[in-house]
Parts: sequence; C-alpha cells; structure tokens
Amino acid sequence: MRSAPQPLHRALGLTDTELDIIRDVLGREPNSLELALYGVMWSEHCSYKSSRMHLRRLPTHGAHVLVGPGENAGVIDAGDGIAVAIRIESHNHPSAIEPYQGAATGVGGILRDVFTMGARPLAVMDPLFFGELTDARQRWLVEGVVSGISGYGNSVGVPTIGGELTFDDCYSSNPLVNVLCCGALPTERLVLGVASGVGNLAVLLGSSTGRDGIGGVSVLASAGFQGSDGAVSLDDAKRPSVQVGDPYEEKRLIEACLELLDERLVVGIQDLGGAGIVCATCETAARGGVGMDVDVTAIPLREEGMQPYEIMTSESQERMLAIITPENWDLVAALCAKWEVRATVIGHVVEPVTDDQGRSVGMLRIRDGFDGEILAQVPASSLADEAPLYDRPRRRPDDLDAINADDPTDDEPVGTPNDDLLGLLIDPAWVYRQYDSQLFLNTVVGPGSDAALLRLAGPGLPISERGIALSTDSNPRWCALDPRAGTALTVAESVANLACVGATAKAVVNCLNFGNPEHPEVMWQLTESIEGMALACSALDLPVVGGNVSLYNESGGHDIDPTPVVGLLGVVDSLVAPPPGWQWCEGDAVVLVGTRHASGPQKFPLGGTRWATKRGRRGGRVPEFEGEVLAKAIAFVAREISQICAGAASDVTAVHDVGGGGLSVALAEMVAVTGLGAQIIELEHHGELFAEFPGRFVMATNDLVAFRARADETGVPVVALGIVGGDALRIGETIDVAVGEVSSRRRGALEASLASLG
Amino acid sequence: MSRIGVVVFPGSNCEYDAAAAVEQLGDRAEFVWHTRTDLEGLDGVILPGGFAHGDYLRPGALARFSPVMAAVERFAQGGGSVLGICNGFQVLVEAGLLAGALQKNRGLTFLCQPTTLVVSSTSSILTRGATLGQELVVPINHFSGSYTCSDETYNELNRNGQIVLRYLENPNGSRNDIAAVANRLGNVVGLMPHPERAMSTLLGSADGRVLMESFLGLTGAPSFLAH
Repeated sequence: MRSAPQPLHRALGLTDTELDIIRDVLGREPNSLELALYGVMWSEHCSYKSSRMHLRRLPTHGAHVLVGPGENAGVIDAGDGIAVAIRIESHNHPSAIEPYQGAATGVGGILRDVFTMGARPLAVMDPLFFGELTDARQRWLVEGVVSGISGYGNSVGVPTIGGELTFDDCYSSNPLVNVLCCGALPTERLVLGVASGVGNLAVLLGSSTGRDGIGGVSVLASAGFQGSDGAVSLDDAKRPSVQVGDPYEEKRLIEACLELLDERLVVGIQDLGGAGIVCATCETAARGGVGMDVDVTAIPLREEGMQPYEIMTSESQERMLAIITPENWDLVAALCAKWEVRATVIGHVVEPVTDDQGRSVGMLRIRDGFDGEILAQVPASSLADEAPLYDRPRRRPDDLDAINADDPTDDEPVGTPNDDLLGLLIDPAWVYRQYDSQLFLNTVVGPGSDAALLRLAGPGLPISERGIALSTDSNPRWCALDPRAGTALTVAESVANLACVGATAKAVVNCLNFGNPEHPEVMWQLTESIEGMALACSALDLPVVGGNVSLYNESGGHDIDPTPVVGLLGVVDSLVAPPPGWQWCEGDAVVLVGTRHASGPQKFPLGGTRWATKRGRRGGRVPEFEGEVLAKAIAFVAREISQICAGAASDVTAVHDVGGGGLSVALAEMVAVTGLGAQIIELEHHGELFAEFPGRFVMATNDLVAFRARADETGVPVVALGIVGGDALRIGETIDVAVGEVSSRRRGALEASLASLG
Repeated sequence: MSRIGVVVFPGSNCEYDAAAAVEQLGDRAEFVWHTRTDLEGLDGVILPGGFAHGDYLRPGALARFSPVMAAVERFAQGGGSVLGICNGFQVLVEAGLLAGALQKNRGLTFLCQPTTLVVSSTSSILTRGATLGQELVVPINHFSGSYTCSDETYNELNRNGQIVLRYLENPNGSRNDIAAVANRLGNVVGLMPHPERAMSTLLGSADGRVLMESFLGLTGAPSFLAH
C-alpha cells in the first residue's frame, strides 16, 4: 500500500504551523515558488530557529568589537589600523556523503564569508571529528576530507594553520568537519552586506548556477541521517544536495572582489552560500530596508531546463552578489573581465512598499524578465529574519546520574602505565603536512603546537609589529558528562593554548555541533552548553563575535556527543621573536605552572579523560570551572611568553599547555619533539599522569630561582617537576620509556592506524 | 637597485611573498600580468608559486601559453635572469626553458614541510653566492614536485653543473634528489622549494636569503655566465 504524497510544504521541510504563518505574512496562499523560498530560508540551518533565543545569553560586547554576531563574520579592532575578521562554520552533512567535495566547499564557503567583509582571508583552521580508525569507512572519510581541504585550500591560496583531530565512535556515521577562517583588512575598508540606493544594480559575480546543492540547507543540513547502518543508506538520494567546488574560480573571485572593494566600486557585497541567490538577495535587501527585483532569466545557468525554484535556491559555489551604482557598471565589468570572473546584472534595488498598516516593507520579487511576470513576491525581511523561533522542550538525560556515578577516577591502571602513555600519543603531522601552512610569510607557529601564531600582515595592510594567535578547541568527552562545565572548561583550555604563544584572548567564535533538537535531551545539552560558554566568556571577559549551530548530527536515531567547538582569536602586541614552544634544553628545570589539583571533590579526576575513554570508561564527573584561578595562571604564562615574543631575554625555554591526555602526555610530547629525555619526580597519584583540567602548563627554565620568584609575586603555584636530560622519560618509579620509543610511537600512530586497514 | 618582474597568472598565489623577499633585500619588485608581452627595463623575472590557471590539465600546462611566456623566453635568450619557484618551475619546464618534468610526489599527497638542501653547483644565478656543499633549510610546498628526466638528460645536467640544489633527505621521490636545475648558461633556474619563505628566523629559517641574494646579484660572481 502506498501512502498519499505529502503536501508540498512538508516536502520542503515546513511544518503546518509554519505554513499558516506564511499565509498570515502574505495575506494569501503562497505559490509553490514562494513556499520553496520559505522552505530554505526558514530551515534550521539558515534561521537558527531552535537555537536563536538561547544564543542571546552569550556576551557579545567589548570595546574592540567592530562587528558582532549576525553578520557574515565577526570583526575586531586589532590595533594599528587593522581589523581582523573571523568566522567558523560546519560542513558536517555534506562531508559525510562526499568527503572531498564536502570539505572543499566548506573551505570555499567560509572564505567568502570573510572576504565579504572586505578582509583578505589569511588563515584557515579545521577541527575534524571521525569515528575510530579501526573502521574502514573512517579511513575513506579522513583521507577524503583532508585531501578536500588540501586540494581546495592550497590552490585557493589561503594557508591552513591548524585545527584539531578527534576520533570517537559517536562520529562514525556523522563526522564533523568544521572550518574557521580569519582575515584582515584596513579598518576603514570594513563593508557590510547591505543593499541600498534605489536604482542600484544587483550583480552576480562568479560561477554559473547549476543544480548542485539544491536544498542543501533544508534537505541535508537540517535533518539527520536515517540509516541505522549509517553507511549504506547514507544516502545516495542526498548526494545531489552536495555542492562541487572549484578553487580556481574562487581564487579569481577573491582577487576580483578585493580589487572592487579597493577601488570603491561596490555599495554592498554578500556571499552566496546556503540557500543561494534567495538568501543573498533577501538578506541584503532586509538589512537595507529596501526591496529587490530579481530577474530569474538573467542568471547564467550551466544546465538547461532549470526551474525558477532551482535557480533561486541552488547552492552552486563560487558566487557573490555585489550591489553597485549603475554608473560604475562599466568599470566593474572591465575589472571582472581582467580576472576572468563573470559579472551579470540580475536585479535592481527598488523602493520599499507601504503595507496596509502604513509600514514600509522591502519586497523581494522574482520576475520572469525585468519587466516580466512576477513569479514570487514576499517581504524580504520575512524570509531573512522572521522565521518562527522555537523554545523546544528540554530534558536532562535520565541516565546522566548513573553515568556520572560510574566514575573511573579510582580505577587502577591496567597493564603498565608505560603502555597507557604510549597509546595516547598521536602526531597529526600526516594531516597538516598536506596543508600549505606558510603562505603570506606570516606563520610564526604553524600547525601541531598549542596555538597558531601569525604576524599581523598581508597585502594592502598597514605595517604592524603585532601578531594574532588562533586556537580551536573542543572536548566532547567532558561535554557528554556535563555540557555546562565541559563547555566552560573548553573555553578555558582554548585561552590557555593562546597563552602558550604569548597571546591575550580577544574574541570567541563557536561552532555548536549537536544532535537532533527535537530530542529534548539534545536541547538540554545545547542550552547547558550555551550557558557554560556564557559563564566562561563572562568570567574571562571574552566577547562572542560569531558562531554557527549545526544540529541534526545524528544517524539511525543516535545523536553525537555534544561537541561545541571554540575558536579563539588573540593578539600579541609585539612579535619580533618566536615564542619558545616545546623546545626545552638539556639541564633545564621542568616545572608545572598553575594549580596542581583540580577544583572540586577530586584532586585528579579521570572522568572524560582520553585515558579513561580509551579503556571504554565513559562515565564520571568533570572538574569544576574556577574562572579566577584559571585566569591568574593563564595571564602569568601569557605575560612570560609575550615578553619573549617582544624580544626580551628570558630564562623560560619551553612552554606547553597540559591538555588532552594530561600531564604525562604533555611531557612526552616535549620529549618527542626535542629528542631529549626528562627525569621527573614521583607524582602524587597515578591519576596525576592522565587527569585533564585546564589552567596548567609544563614550562622549562634555566633559572628556577628567578622563575619561581616571578610566579610567587603573582601568586601562581609552581611545582618543580624535574630536569631535562637523559635518554628516557622517567616519572618516578611509574613511567620509564626510551626517548626513541616516545618519538617513534607518536610519529607513527596515525599513519599506522590508517595503513592497518589496507 | 634592480627591478624584478614577478609574473602573475590567474591562480598564482606566492606573488606577494616573492615580491616581499625582493624588497626585503633592497630591490624593487613589480607585478607583471600574464597578458603582458614585453619585459623591457626589467633586470630579472620571477615566476612565483601557486596554481597558474588552476593547474588545469597539469601544473604549468596552460600557463606556458599565456602571452607573457614568449616574452620570458626572449628575455632568457638574451641572458636575463629568470627564476621559477615551485609552480614557476613547473611552468618553465612545460615551456621548455628547463629540462625534465615534475610529476606527483612519491607518497601521492601534498607536502608542506621544511627540507634541507645541499648546494651542488654554484654555476647558476641562484647559487653563485653560495658555497659548494652548503646546507640550507628551505621549505617545500607542492603536490607535483618529483623531478624526473631521461638518463641522457640527467648525465648532461650533471656534467654541466646544471643540478644546482639537491635534497639532503629526499621528500618526494625526485630523481637523484634533485631540488633545482638550471639551463646550460645558468641564467634560468627552477626550484621546487620556496626560498622566499625562508627569509627570517622569525618564520623558521633565513637560509633562503643566500639564494635570493645570489639571484639579485648581491653576492657571487657577476660573470658566472662565462664558464
């Protein structure tokens, strides 16, 4: 028996209630094209309808914030006449289906968001999450995603300077591919995606429009994957919703747009991403409070027989919308011709109309020819800004108490601690060697360290001695146990990473990757996580300048662990010498800086650690977030390192944040990169080897007395751990591993996992 | 002060970096758009890294047909200094200004990493200021950087001192560790590593200066062409 075909609005992802709202807005029945426009613009991906009211809790203000959330990118004033734009996005669902193109177009999309603001993209970072590599499908995903980022990012000419690599079974059917981009511009060139000036032209720049990516935001990004096996039913029917990227087109588009902005030939500019032309035209019109007429027949197509709804909602890549005055058309056309970028007038800015209540309303009208039949006519702001917002039901998961009670903190080590430690080492170099991390001659600290550090310089920027630092961080293991504290600790971890390159944090962006918001447990995780981020950002005085929410990360009814990714932008005021990094020297004293014991009832909590997770122990509690204690240690380290960056002599020879894997892993990483062993005192408890809580640093100094005196002055605890030297990493009687073993196990871990699958 | 033209194809991306290296050493760099057909007044030409014309077909295959390349060929024939870095090397090889070919890296992945180069001939515009056997740390950044050529060509290059840099540890499978080759006269050189990325210890290495200073004639014998 076949069920009756579902009504059109439901096929487009709209609920019955949403259809009623549309009828109210229009005062009539919508036609099918209009329904299609609402279907994409009111999708979860475009409208943030499940999360928007909760996101309002995040602090967004700061004296240096030039543009906060809601624009294409957040922008801060970095000083010296330079503004820095930053944005993070997810491209999870496309990458699950078509890893190369999904990841590649994720890079392309985020670059457009940044140069839309007038900024030249200067750096990309990619936090990636996959299932365990014992599964052959994961290798296909990892290789596809990494080569997609490499193939697109390198060719388009923006360095990829870092990211994250996490393996956990919860991502096996729904990998996460997040991408952060940072750009810079002379402060006075800041532009916004606004249409203004009745009679001005809307010019489509770049690629032609095809059927790729139709419904990407609604079909793909705003629904989970159904198949219980994840792989097989994944989801051939959804494959045409994945876009295809062309970095060469994007490269020319970047250069053409930046030159248009340099020559002051545009009034406003907007990228085309999710929901394509409809999104770009209604958002620019809504921001400008004007109307726009779009001629659907003027849009250059790459396929025959495309319907107006396909043309309007296609997510074909490498396109931009520029608003220009008619007098500048010839110059714009000539400049685009030089860069071999197609430029086509597809619309006009028109007067808003007055509705029956006397309000001025900018209408988006889709026409068949500029003077032709009106195919669709809707208030631009109703598409862009007026999707219904939902306060969806929330419920703390019933099993969370039991999970929290199942604490691994008192577990005894199984096997030898040596093996436990070696099993936690992984060097992501196989990934980042495939990325151009050096273009523009800015990369002082590239991928594979605590945070990336760049000179604040680029073509067309004023001269500056400053540096900018970037870090992306996440900890789904913490967030699964306690999304509020877990998220707060993740922010702290990120700020600590920046301190290791001497930077002071200035702004946060976030990418909130969660499961199906129609599950009350997921909504609880999401709101708790936002609460934790608000708490940490307020405590550490950090504005959130942008973000992205990716929901429906589920497969076969299983939601991913809550995965808020924090992207942090920091500034180093004077960058004339590289920070010390992990390069300690023979004979240096090794110290632990920051609180030795976690806040809360457990001194060395092991819940949510990499050590426990690797043993299949996923329960327990996470440490408490104590802003003041953290902030003090972080500020001390940032000051110590920033002085080295400014060229001052220092007794500090190395610094490393204690992060995933805990103290023993931090020490082992320093041993691995230097080839120098270390003799460390016996720790208080084996938990101290592997416990994870932020605000602790391993540092090396060649003058322990002087170093300790400075730390004492600021009240930051210091524990002398031992001395650099010898042919092994020895920690009391507990750990004893040869330097060569540490290096080779770390270096080979990732490649061995990838190769073992054959 | 020398005037150095930095050729810009659509898809080039290291043009700013190459120009910065020239200007850091006190000379003047100017961008030469790929449609230009004369190089009058220039003292040298750099073809920078990147993905000229998107590297469609294969790296350099389309760029050799850009109008500027006929001018580069005339410039080289007249004894002018021409340096191809990375994609620029690939273009020079495709254009027939240098011998051999560049194929995909042995490991079939893109590689961005530091390498140690060994100067194996000082009879070129790029190495005239270096010393034989000198080791230089300079990064590579390429997918198709594995140099190959026939035995006959290799023997000839080797005999004439046209193999000017070799990798200490071969990262990409290049024949006989070749990192850079010159033409017979030594005035046209191509290399896969990026000397412009190794101009400052702040960025990890300043060894690229040795090569850039040679190219700009700031060091080394001006009369090396006479050999």
